[in-house]
Amino acid sequence: MTESNLLNVRGLSKSYALNTGLWSGAEGSVRAVDRVNFCIERGRTFGLVGESGSGKTTIGRMVLRVIEPDEGAILFSGADSETVDLARLKPSQIRPLRHKIQMVFQDPYSSLDPRMTVARIIGEPLAPIHGIARSEIQDRIVEATQLVGLRREYLDRYPHAFSGGQRQRIGIARALVSGPELVVADEAVSALDVSVQAQILNLLRELQQKLGITYLFIAHDLGVVRYLCDTIAVLYRGRIVEASEKRVLYQSPKHPYTESLIAAAPRPEPGVTTASYPQTIPTNEQLTTSAGCPYYSRCSYRQEICECQEPTLREIVPGQFAACHFDLNLKGV
Amino acid sequence: MPDPVVDIQDLTVSFKTRRGHVRVVNGLTLALERGRILGVVGESGSGKSVMSRCLLRIEAPGKIVSGRVTYFKTPEQGLHLERMDSTCSAIRRVRWKEIAMIFQEPMSSFGPQHTIGFQIAEAMRLHGLDCGNRAVVDELMAVGMPRPEEVACQYPHQLSGGMRQRAMIAMALSCRPKVLVADEPTSALDVSTEAQILKLISAKQLSLGMSVLFISHNLGVIAHIADDVAVMYMGEVVERSSVKALFDGPKHPYTRALLQSIPRIDRECSGPLVVLGGSPPSPFVLPSGCRFHPRCPQRIPGVCDREPPAIELFQDGSEVRCHLWEGRG
Repeated sequence: MTESNLLNVRGLSKSYALNTGLWSGAEGSVRAVDRVNFCIERGRTFGLVGESGSGKTTIGRMVLRVIEPDEGAILFSGADSETVDLARLKPSQIRPLRHKIQMVFQDPYSSLDPRMTVARIIGEPLAPIHGIARSEIQDRIVEATQLVGLRREYLDRYPHAFSGGQRQRIGIARALVSGPELVVADEAVSALDVSVQAQILNLLRELQQKLGITYLFIAHDLGVVRYLCDTIAVLYRGRIVEASEKRVLYQSPKHPYTESLIAAAPRPEPGVTTASYPQTIPTNEQLTTSAGCPYYSRCSYRQEICECQEPTLREIVPGQFAACHFDLNLKGV
Repeated sequence: MPDPVVDIQDLTVSFKTRRGHVRVVNGLTLALERGRILGVVGESGSGKSVMSRCLLRIEAPGKIVSGRVTYFKTPEQGLHLERMDSTCSAIRRVRWKEIAMIFQEPMSSFGPQHTIGFQIAEAMRLHGLDCGNRAVVDELMAVGMPRPEEVACQYPHQLSGGMRQRAMIAMALSCRPKVLVADEPTSALDVSTEAQILKLISAKQLSLGMSVLFISHNLGVIAHIADDVAVMYMGEVVERSSVKALFDGPKHPYTRALLQSIPRIDRECSGPLVVLGGSPPSPFVLPSGCRFHPRCPQRIPGVCDREPPAIELFQDGSEVRCHLWEGRG
């Protein structure tokens, strides 16, 4: 692990039990996240993309330890602390680290408590820090408010008085107030209109340049991810199927799933047709068995080997990793 | 020769709120041409959903204050939907049989307590069609539903989002409507599922000869599916043209800003995105003059903030509501 990595995730896994209703009994489990490895360099943005159910949110929440990982290590090397494994820490040991890792949520409506003033919402992450003076809390709140481009008068108002874009700014200010090194943004712009989305994307980029924050950016929109991220990992059913620096990922994807995602994304150009790929819904049985490539049933390049042997993530060209048995020449944008 | 199947003239829809009445659709004029797909784009709060709901008269708690919504079954035979009571039998004959609708969230548009097959059959039975099991399975098969016999016996919660949206389309098309209103039908879906649903809607539009009013905030989706596009801002249409003309040469500054603010999948962008300042103003206080002027980068002081712009018609059939284009059509 190099010095420049802020976060190093190794072999992270999480399973959820299927059908554990009161009467149905347990029926095996589904691996929502399956042996995932990745590193995030300090001051950079790492993007996780994938369909719903691919495990991207679960990964984000495990990094925050909101969800307990089953296996694996989440090594966090803060600027002024030793490397710690977030996955092994006890809840009491995590608390002092909370202000270093913060989160921006998707829904700017449900993520702000309607009974709290903006100042209280933004200042909340500071509460568990011991020995912080009240005047400093106030200063930090004002500073965070200015950073995200909100006016100081807004601090005494309640969330209902704000539009979606302004609420998202409040959510970002709350994430910044404790001076975090890592911000996990889970679909932070998906609920916003395009014009507001562009404002928030610009803000996130600007804040990174100013404060050197590292982002773990989780999204499904490939255009948004291309704009904001430096390195991207594509998730499919809990596994990273492709990871690389963004330019090569879009120009020459190496995994058929990445190709299909790029082809399916609608572009604002009439005449450019999007391709849709056959989609089969995996049954519970398929979800719980793990032999073969997870993408087998949907892949248009599949061969015999794919059904019985699971490909491992390997470096196909320098810097570009894909979990595919073949060196395919696929179509990018 | 224009042949509209739905013609909306000067429509105003008002909602009563605690802060007073608010006009969400405000003097909107729009025509849906027969056999075409009209895309409607706009930010949240621009009134696009409310406008579309007026076609089925399910705009409540909103109220049509003025204007006309006419449905032309044939060019000669116009039906004034705005005059109908929202519960009368006349509008019920229009709903589903003439004009059908699909919604963004297919989970909430199906009842949870009946099977998919039962709910499709119900729509068909109410309009006097054969609603036997075979007919229902045929409808599901027609929208490319995998394992249609099985799905007909399943409940909505047992299907994935994409399958539910397919079932919703099967239900909407079961009575062979002339007009399909699709309100953000793919916004809750993943891209690959979205591409399939879009393909299905285009294919059905062609094979059944329907007209489609397709509402979306996603310009990529609109570029892909629509023949014509209308851009809405604060309850009115600010620009309307063919999809090619709109994306190649957007006229209204608002349309231009919308197009520029999309982060592109096919382009590297190292600088900041071009951003439209501010957010849509509150509908309670409409700006004077052009409704867009407080955010417009090209506003003409003394003109745009005083006079509401008139519609300027161009040779290629496009229309724009902007002072910058006055006299240039």
